[in-house]
Amino acid sequence: MDNMTHKEYQEYVKKKVPKPPYLKNSIRAFITGGIICLIGQIIRNFLFRFGLGEKEVATGTSIILVFIGSLLTGLGIYDKIGKFGGAGAVIPITGFANSIVATAMEHKREGYIFGVAAKMFTIAGPVLVYGIGGSVVVGLLYIIFFSGR
Amino acid sequence: MDYLIAFLVGGLICVIGQIILDTTSLTPAHIIVTFLIIGIILGAIGAYEPVVKFAEAGATVPILGFGYTLSKGAIEGAKAKGVLGAFAGGLERTAGAIAAVILFGYIMSVISYPRSKK
Repeated sequence: MDNMTHKEYQEYVKKKVPKPPYLKNSIRAFITGGIICLIGQIIRNFLFRFGLGEKEVATGTSIILVFIGSLLTGLGIYDKIGKFGGAGAVIPITGFANSIVATAMEHKREGYIFGVAAKMFTIAGPVLVYGIGGSVVVGLLYIIFFSGR
Repeated sequence: MDYLIAFLVGGLICVIGQIILDTTSLTPAHIIVTFLIIGIILGAIGAYEPVVKFAEAGATVPILGFGYTLSKGAIEGAKAKGVLGAFAGGLERTAGAIAAVILFGYIMSVISYPRSKK
């Protein structure tokens, strides 16, 4: 125990760390993610009743889900959903809203500019960088490969 | 029927994320960004479009759908307006959701406080 090499110690730790209950976690993620998408479908079908087009409905659904996600995070409820659902609460767009409010709240003590407004982009920042940057790359690649005719 | 399909497909996408979370050392933030990039790529090659047609909210509510919408917008922009469209298209399509995230995220962060953990 005392004269273990670093590698041996790593392996020792690996053996001692409990394995996550894969099946239980997956079932919980399935149920949680499924229910959030089901709610999304309900909102979607509801918005279609107002005679909106596909694009407007898609945007409206996202806005409403983001609102719900932020609200539940502020009320401390999304935290509990996340503990139960794992990735099922992270991957839907409500999880994106949650990541913003959760980090921003924690840093409120640092003020409203460098605290809330800056720290809300701890996770949203990378999402916007890769998301928007990636979309421009896709658009430009499309022009290079398909518009040269 | 569309409710059941949305539930099943959305649930399955989350299971994939959960397996990645449990078997690797990636954090939820990594998962969000990884799924977003996968969504952009699948959207760009047209592989996600059939999933969206089939599962609707089951495909668009997961962050994969956000990536898909971004690349779809960029391609449509590029078709309509060329290079300018390629730059603006993705953001145009997702502007509503991004504005909502910023506004609601800010307001909720200001009016609420983190719960003390027991």
